[in-house]
Parts: sequence; structure tokens; C-alpha cells
Amino acid sequence: MTTIAPPMPSLSHRASRWFSRNLIRIYATVAFIYLFIPVAYTFAFSFNDAGKSNLVWQGFTLDNWKNPCGAPQVCQAVVNSIEIGLISTIIATILGTMIAFAIGRHRFRGRSSTNLLIFLPMATPEVVLGASLLAMFLNLRINPGFWTIVIAHVMFCISFVVVTVKARIASLDPRLEQAAMDLYANERETFRHVTLPLVMPGIAGAALLAFSLSFDDFIITNFNSGTVSTFPKFVYVSAARGIPAQANVIGSSMFFIALIIVIVGQVVSRQRKKN
Amino acid sequence: MAFLHGATATHSGPKSGLKSRSYTPYLLLAPGLIWLVTFFIIPIFSLASTSTMVRPEGAQIGTYVQELRFQNYVDAFVANQDQYIRSFVYAGIATILALAIAYPLAYMIAFKSGKYRNILLVLVVAPFFTSFLLRTVAWTQILGDEGPVISTLKLLPFVDESIRLTATPFAVVSGLTYNFLPFMTLPLYASLERIDPRTLEAAGDLYANGFTTFRKVTVPLSMPGVVAGTLLTFIPAAGDYVNAALLGNPNTKMIGNVIESRFFAVVDYPTAAALSFTLMATILILVTLYIRRSGTDELV
Repeated sequence: MTTIAPPMPSLSHRASRWFSRNLIRIYATVAFIYLFIPVAYTFAFSFNDAGKSNLVWQGFTLDNWKNPCGAPQVCQAVVNSIEIGLISTIIATILGTMIAFAIGRHRFRGRSSTNLLIFLPMATPEVVLGASLLAMFLNLRINPGFWTIVIAHVMFCISFVVVTVKARIASLDPRLEQAAMDLYANERETFRHVTLPLVMPGIAGAALLAFSLSFDDFIITNFNSGTVSTFPKFVYVSAARGIPAQANVIGSSMFFIALIIVIVGQVVSRQRKKN
Repeated sequence: MAFLHGATATHSGPKSGLKSRSYTPYLLLAPGLIWLVTFFIIPIFSLASTSTMVRPEGAQIGTYVQELRFQNYVDAFVANQDQYIRSFVYAGIATILALAIAYPLAYMIAFKSGKYRNILLVLVVAPFFTSFLLRTVAWTQILGDEGPVISTLKLLPFVDESIRLTATPFAVVSGLTYNFLPFMTLPLYASLERIDPRTLEAAGDLYANGFTTFRKVTVPLSMPGVVAGTLLTFIPAAGDYVNAALLGNPNTKMIGNVIESRFFAVVDYPTAAALSFTLMATILILVTLYIRRSGTDELV
């Protein structure tokens, strides 16, 4: 038998390959449309001249965007959410990063139980996390409020910070640190000038993740908030009688702000890679 | 995204890059672990303790004393077994649907997106930036009786006038599927992206056709992502009560709805605690069995 060049793929074969190659693109487009339908709907109805009930399209207006605090209590809820988010993010990022460094850079006893303790809050449904914290606060006669929300948010954010930062530390090339030590940098200098700057993008990503988890959390917050309102709680409570269009303005703004942060982050990291 | 990489990546032990004094790791661990023990582990015990409490006769609402009444668990389960089973059924269906929707999407981003890969990844996460509750409320209005979908359906000749989409099991399961889709897509992407293209070429060289390559090479190599994604979808879905509250009706209530109303509307803390504890125990057992069976212990 002599080897011969493979025959040109037949027309139908090429057509079916073209189709299968593009089928998945068509499919992905449909999936993305599906993902964005409620986002687009929320954005569109932020321009609704709705009055009290934002259920049916009543006409186009910019009033909601000019006066996002127009609906009662909505801005107080947002301010609470931002304050809780910032405080929780700072605490959770510091504590989580410290744990990540301990796991990623040190040997110690109890490593597997530490990993389990980090993993368990992520594997527990929010309703259980919320209910158990509330059960403890009630047993201790502590009234839930602003600080109990912060405590709860730090608790569930720590694990996500640890896994994010740990992944970044694990992806570092240990030779960079060895090189610094070879050049007579001591442990502390190596950490400050080599390790920390390299891990920083991971820490920043973890902080953003923690803030968005905190800002968007409803179930755990609802259990441990007492009478304090947050933005998701405001939406849930007002869902029964119709959500004011101002809530759509705030939701849409959050969307665009977060999108800008992510895009800027991507551009910055790409530029760094080029240099 | 990185955290999902972390959730699926295999971590070797500590890199032998730095020496460390023996107490440093404990100083680093202490504050965070103390926080987790105080506000996660101790509350779980508190929940267990509350679950066997009893309200003394004639006592004020919300006052309970410890009587180690384990019958609470039986009572709570018997009274709410429908919602309990429903939670796992809905969460299971939503997880399978999310896997079916997300796998091709993740596959496309990992293998066919070229230079647009990062943009597409941002697009998967971007819907998350609008509040979870606002998106769910948006679905109630889109699928609602006066919404665009129902109005369009009613124009069709063969559609019944009384058709409803909200306040149905369909709406609750769709809401669950939608809300946890990125949790499924990202770990799938992370594991697909890590597949060395040469393994796929090798399969082709060994005369495997496209489908066989997919079935025998791609799918097994993406299993860590499948496991992580299904867990990240199933666990929050089983405990969720927002979708059932906003998109469902009284007959689609899930266990989360019961726990919430026992706590706040009925002020029956022991039943709520017993239900929460049973939910957590069931999920932990299911997760452990699942991880064992799929042979991916890397998650922990």
C-alpha cells in the first residue's frame, strides 16, 4: 500500500463542519441574550415614567436618573449597603489574605482542618448560615442590626478571599523569590518588594469579589439585619407592591460601575504584561 | 474568576521558597480562623441547641428553654416533608438544566473564542453586577401576567387565555437555573481551558472522530469543573427561598421559605433550627458522597 494524500473533505462534510463550528457560536449568542434579558429589562424600566408602580411601561423619562433618591428609603438602603460592603471587604480581605499566605507559604500542623474550615462556609446554604448566626445572637440576647450584618458578611467573605488569593500565590514562580534572596534581600524585603506586589492583583480581585458578594447578599442579611435596611432587602420588601424605578437606576448604575472597573482592570493588567 | 480556578486547581503543598519561623503561620491564621470559629462554628452549635428547645407553657412568644426534645426534628420533618423534598428536586433539575446550558457556552469560550475570550468571560459575570434580587424581580415582570411573554403567547391561536408562567414550578426552576448559571459556567470554563489541545489532537491522530474525542477526552478532563459547577449551583439552589417567594405560589414553597417564615412570621425558632440543621446535614452528606464518587477530592 502506498501512502496517498488525504482526499479533500467533501462539500457536505465541509458544510457540516462549518455548521457545527458556527452552531456553538449561535448557541453562545442565544445563551448570552438569555443572560442579559433581565439586565436589559431593569435598565429599560429605569427610564419608565412609572409613578409608584413600575410594572407597565408608561412612557420615557429621565426623572428617575436625575433624582435617584426620589423614592423613600431607597438611598438610605444603598448607603447602608455601601458602608457594610466597605467595612466587611476591608476586614475580610485582610484576614483572608493572611490565611492565604499561611496556607500558600508555610508549613504548619492542622493544614487539612484549616482547609476544611475555609471550605465549609462555602458548602453551607446561606439560609443555614443566616439562621445559625441569628440563633446565636438570639441566645446571647444580642439585637441584630448594622454590626451583626458586618459580622455575617466578613464571615462568608473570608473563604472566598482565601481561595482567590491562594490561587494567585500558587501561580507565582517561586524562583522570583529565590532570586531576590540570592540577591541578599532578607525575608521581609523579599516579601515587601517581590511577593506582595506579585500577589496584589489577586488581593484586589478578592476585595472586589468580597464587596460584590456583600453588596448583593440578601438571605444572610435578611436574617441578621433587624430593622436595618440594605439595598437587596429594600428590593425584596418592596417587590410585593412594586419596586420604584429608582431601584432600577441604582441597579443599572452598579452594573455599569462594576463593568468599568473590570474593563479598566483588564486593560491595566494587559499593559503590564506588555511592559 | 480566580476563585473558581482556586476551587478546582490541584494545589501541591507549600512551595519551598521561603523559610519560616515556626510561629508565623499561626499568627497569620489566628485572626481569620477565630472569626470563622466564633461566627460560623459556634453558631452551628447554637443552632443545634436551639433545635431541641421547647416553649414553656404560658411563656412569652419567642422564649424557649432547653429540654433536649429531639422529637422536634421528627415533627418538623413530618410537617414540612413536601417542601423538603421539593427543594432537592427543584435544585436538582435546575442544576442539570444549568449544566446543559453552561457546558456548550464554557466550551465555546474555552476553545472557539480566540481573542474575544476575556470579553466573553466578563460578559458571563456581568449580569451579576445587577442585584440578584432586581434580576429575579425583572423575571417576575417579564414572565408576569401583563408581561411581554404572556402577551405574545396569547396572540397564538392555540394558546389558552388563562395561561400563566409566574406562580408555577416552571418559573421557580427557571429562576433557580438562571440565577446560578455563572456559578456553573466559570468552573466549567476553568477546567476546559486547562485541557492541553495536544491531547485532543492525539485523540484525532488515533482515529477518534470529533464526537468520540469529546466523549472520551474532553468530558473526562473537564470533570473537576463539572463537579465544582454542580456543587456551586446545587448547594445555594437547595437553600434558596427568593426564587420561590417571588416566582412561585404557596404550592411551590421550598425549605428555605419554611425556615424564613418559621423564624420571622411564626417565631418558632426550634422548628426553624431543626429544619436548617437537617438541610445542612443532608447537603453535607450528598456533597461528600458526590465528591467521593466523582473522585475529585481536590475541592477541599
